[in-house]
Amino acid sequence: MTEPARPTPEEFLARARAEEERLRRAKFKIFFGACAGVGKTYAMLVEAHERKRAGTDVVVGLVETHGRRETELLLDGLEAIPRADLPYRGTVVREFDLDAALARRPALLLLDELAHTNAPGSRHRKRWQDIEELLAAGIDVYTTLNVQHVESLLDVVRDITGIPIRESVPDSVLDRADEVELVDLPPDDLLQRLHEGKVYVAGEIESARANFFRKGNLIALRELALRQTAQRVDAQMETYRLTEGIRKPWSVRERILVCVGDPATGVRLVRAARRLAGALRADWIVVHVETPGQLLESRSDRDYIVGILDFAFELGAETSVLTGLRVSDELLAFASARNVSRIVLGESRGPRWLERVRGSLAQDLIRRGRADVWVIRGEEETERSARPPAPIPAPSWRGYGGALPIVALCTLAAAALSRHFDLSNLAMLYLVGVVVAATAFGRGPAILTSFLGVVAFDFFFVPPRYTFSVSDSQYLVTFSVMLLVAIVIGTLTARLREQLRAARQDQRRTAALNRMSQELVARGSLRDILGVAVDRIAEILEAGVAILLPDAGDRIAVHAGDGALFGGGEHERAVAQWTYQHGKEAGRGTGTLSGARALHVPLAGSTRVLGVLSVRLSGSAAHRDADLTRTIQILAGQTALAVERCVMAESAEKARSEAEAERARSALLGSVSHDLRTPLAAITGAATSLLEDQQGLPEESRRQLAESIVEEARRLNRLIADLLEMTRLESGALSVRKEWSSIEEIVGAALTGLESTFGDRPVRVEIPDDLPLVPLDEVLFEQVVRNLLENANKYGDPSLPIEVAASATGNEFRFSVADRGPGLAAGDETRVFEKFYRGAAGTGRPGAGLGLSICRGIVEAHQGRITASNRPGGGAEFVVWLPIEGRPPRVSSEPEGDEKGAGA
Amino acid sequence: MTSASPGPEPLVLVVEDDPPIRKFLRAGLESHGYRYVEATTGGDGIAQASMRSPDLVLLDLGLPDVDGIEVVRRIREWSTLPIVVLSARGRERDKIEALDAGADDYVTKPFSMGELLARMRVALRHRARLRTGEEVTAFESGDLSIDLARRRVTARGKEVRLTPIEFKLLATLARFAGRVLTHDVLLREVWGPGYATQRHYLRVYMAQLRHKIEADPARPKHLVTEPGVGYRLRDD
Repeated sequence: MTEPARPTPEEFLARARAEEERLRRAKFKIFFGACAGVGKTYAMLVEAHERKRAGTDVVVGLVETHGRRETELLLDGLEAIPRADLPYRGTVVREFDLDAALARRPALLLLDELAHTNAPGSRHRKRWQDIEELLAAGIDVYTTLNVQHVESLLDVVRDITGIPIRESVPDSVLDRADEVELVDLPPDDLLQRLHEGKVYVAGEIESARANFFRKGNLIALRELALRQTAQRVDAQMETYRLTEGIRKPWSVRERILVCVGDPATGVRLVRAARRLAGALRADWIVVHVETPGQLLESRSDRDYIVGILDFAFELGAETSVLTGLRVSDELLAFASARNVSRIVLGESRGPRWLERVRGSLAQDLIRRGRADVWVIRGEEETERSARPPAPIPAPSWRGYGGALPIVALCTLAAAALSRHFDLSNLAMLYLVGVVVAATAFGRGPAILTSFLGVVAFDFFFVPPRYTFSVSDSQYLVTFSVMLLVAIVIGTLTARLREQLRAARQDQRRTAALNRMSQELVARGSLRDILGVAVDRIAEILEAGVAILLPDAGDRIAVHAGDGALFGGGEHERAVAQWTYQHGKEAGRGTGTLSGARALHVPLAGSTRVLGVLSVRLSGSAAHRDADLTRTIQILAGQTALAVERCVMAESAEKARSEAEAERARSALLGSVSHDLRTPLAAITGAATSLLEDQQGLPEESRRQLAESIVEEARRLNRLIADLLEMTRLESGALSVRKEWSSIEEIVGAALTGLESTFGDRPVRVEIPDDLPLVPLDEVLFEQVVRNLLENANKYGDPSLPIEVAASATGNEFRFSVADRGPGLAAGDETRVFEKFYRGAAGTGRPGAGLGLSICRGIVEAHQGRITASNRPGGGAEFVVWLPIEGRPPRVSSEPEGDEKGAGA
Repeated sequence: MTSASPGPEPLVLVVEDDPPIRKFLRAGLESHGYRYVEATTGGDGIAQASMRSPDLVLLDLGLPDVDGIEVVRRIREWSTLPIVVLSARGRERDKIEALDAGADDYVTKPFSMGELLARMRVALRHRARLRTGEEVTAFESGDLSIDLARRRVTARGKEVRLTPIEFKLLATLARFAGRVLTHDVLLREVWGPGYATQRHYLRVYMAQLRHKIEADPARPKHLVTEPGVGYRLRDD
């Protein structure tokens, strides 16, 4: 034995996770019994009272006493949640009020009858779904269950009692229970209680009561309940041993492979496999092998197989679809890859002789594989399954109606040709008709066409003509062959057509899906992504689609798509909200809140639910088939992926800009403290020198000191003004008062203001005389001009002129200031406008690096733009563009002749 | 440097709440031959203005008790004594309001002593003229001379031909030479009360004047623009 004596790391991790989950999760206890009347509810209430005495907050959600006095007495002293009244088909159904229970939030809730099916209009279809929600909300739940309602035992119970059970609870719900307490009563005692009238039997079973409450049945059910509980206890024991690391010959973990192929026996096979897996405590895998031969299978069969796989998944199996040429090859390969110890098959229902010829699958597997092969007896299901099969499209009567004209046409053609051709060749024409009917209308009409064709052929062409009698018995062979061939051809053609249709639809969906994922990748903004997703999903599903995202308060609202989907008011949105909060699909076609008009699917991100995709399927598609379900899931997944990418990018961007702001803040502090202190130090130094002058400094030195005080004070003033301006710009407190202004005047004012700084620095101004007035705020723009001039003065060659130019073209005004200096370093073209940025040439020069960013701020406040570039021949050029909206107002001119200014 | 105003040393009332500024103003003014009194609040300033009858008021606009503009208005109710306003940069609206309320001129903080003294001289000169009823008949500064009576303008040694409105505009500036005149005042004086909002007229005609008078219209020596406030004809 090479199997390790200790749990593998994977097993260990899985156990640790399960344990953690269990601790966090609310406790779930099932009082389990063989059948009604054993005293489950009673036992539950007794324990509830004990818990209450121990100080637990116990509330009764719903308990059915069935008029039993001793049970009713136990309800005294327990708080109960009033039932909700649900209007249903003219009457009122009183149901458990889930919302009231969630709002009350007790520590422990009692909720009878786990297998109960809720009245339509309730949130969930099944009570066990209610309980899942309660547990998820952290509320402990006690409930009761009879063995006959366990999903995997339905067949067994039916075999025992002969009564089909409709209400069932998935085994996974049982597995999830923290505790299952068996409430046992020997059959004789139960029968005794029944005779005394102490046991009320629920309506559904009442009619079959005589059959159901037979001693034999009761013994069998009791045994089933005991065995189920024993299995569970056994499993617990094993888990305990594993957890505590108690050494014991470690049994190989069994792995069972179940192959479903025949839709007719699939469900039964899955249930049997589940029981087997439970008994062996084995992992089980349910697979279906698709072979080319199955391409001939009807679409509904394929949907049905998918449904069976889903069903197996719900029962706890791993599921998979394999594709290959031969079923046995695929199964053996899979079995050996996954270390399967047993393969379970359904009994073949094919004809014996065929099996003789081809050999059965089971024999093949036994001969070539190493795993044990179990064959489960196949028995045609009376009701096809507990699960609703995918709907088969209703036959179109138009299609059947089409059979008649086709046969008539064939007959006419045959009549026209009857003189030249042999009778057996005329029969061929009818085969053409069958192919046409099969292609156009499907299988049923094709078969009808074959029958009608044979009848018409007989009536019109086979002698004696115009009677149904046949003179020569050899024609009977012709009829038979003709009919057989027609049916086979018709069936094949119809299937081909069906598959073609399905393939086309698949292709269309796949293409649209591909396009969607490409488009989603290409889009950057959340709005675009949602827009694309909504459009494509609507196209693929031919449905109304909306995407809802949460706001800051976790309340979701429509962000894209068909808002009319929620025209139904608050109710529909509430369903979507439920989906968002629970991360499970709800609404139409699901087990939860199925009264909704739309289907709501969660957009599940990697760590949380991002939003909800709401789909309102129209018409025939309203009933979901397996393909559609998968498609919707894929679509939701794609959308979630894109949304998550975008949300992550947004938060990364936010983090980045926050970091940027932080850097700017520290740069500001650094710059401000440095730039404020330097002039202050100079002023203080100069002023104290003057003040403490004992020896009598020469007049020239005193003057220099005073000048440096003035100079440094000016610098300080300038810096503070810039900081204030920047603050005004950034806080948005800046109001732009545009007036039709003269650029020449503003340049003049700026140059006048800079007189003391510029001295006789050459400046060349080129402003055309006919430059119109420009709409701008002259106070602010004078600052732009002044900052640009100062900048040019600072960096340009002082012996060469600063060049200022202005022009207007159409509706744009251009203003430029250029110098002949070192120009800008590569990459500085945009960076020079950043706050506190000083280019390589700027280090060591006065200024805080604010002038140009103030320029940009002011220009942008004018809806304009500013650029920096290097000029040919050296130096930098700064260009401002401002929009000119409207035309400058007219100034009526004076009569030129009346010049009084002339001397007189 | 001697004061341009006649009689004994003029008395200057400084209304300012900031001690360092009062200190340097006192030193600067007294060393330039002015007598100095001070008030630290607007209310005190109004009282001192009536009691001490100063020759000029230097008024800070940012006072702790009353708005400086209100102080201008209150003094103007009974007196025409010259008021020069001290204001911070970037508060063009305050300046216009103060001028509209009757202030003679303004100086933007921080200012140099020379700049302040020049403004004060202009204000005192205008007030003196007002008192004596003397008309301004001529203006002369650098290469520009204006004979208001004869309507003759010479610039750069040549006679300049002006349209009637151009002349009226230049004459108005010349009459108040050295003082800033707001857009509104100029529009009212030259075009009439109905033109107060038509600033583009002013801009177009000022441009024409600059082109006729200035050697380099983009770097004017005489016709100075005060962005957001108005224009000034330099007179030094």
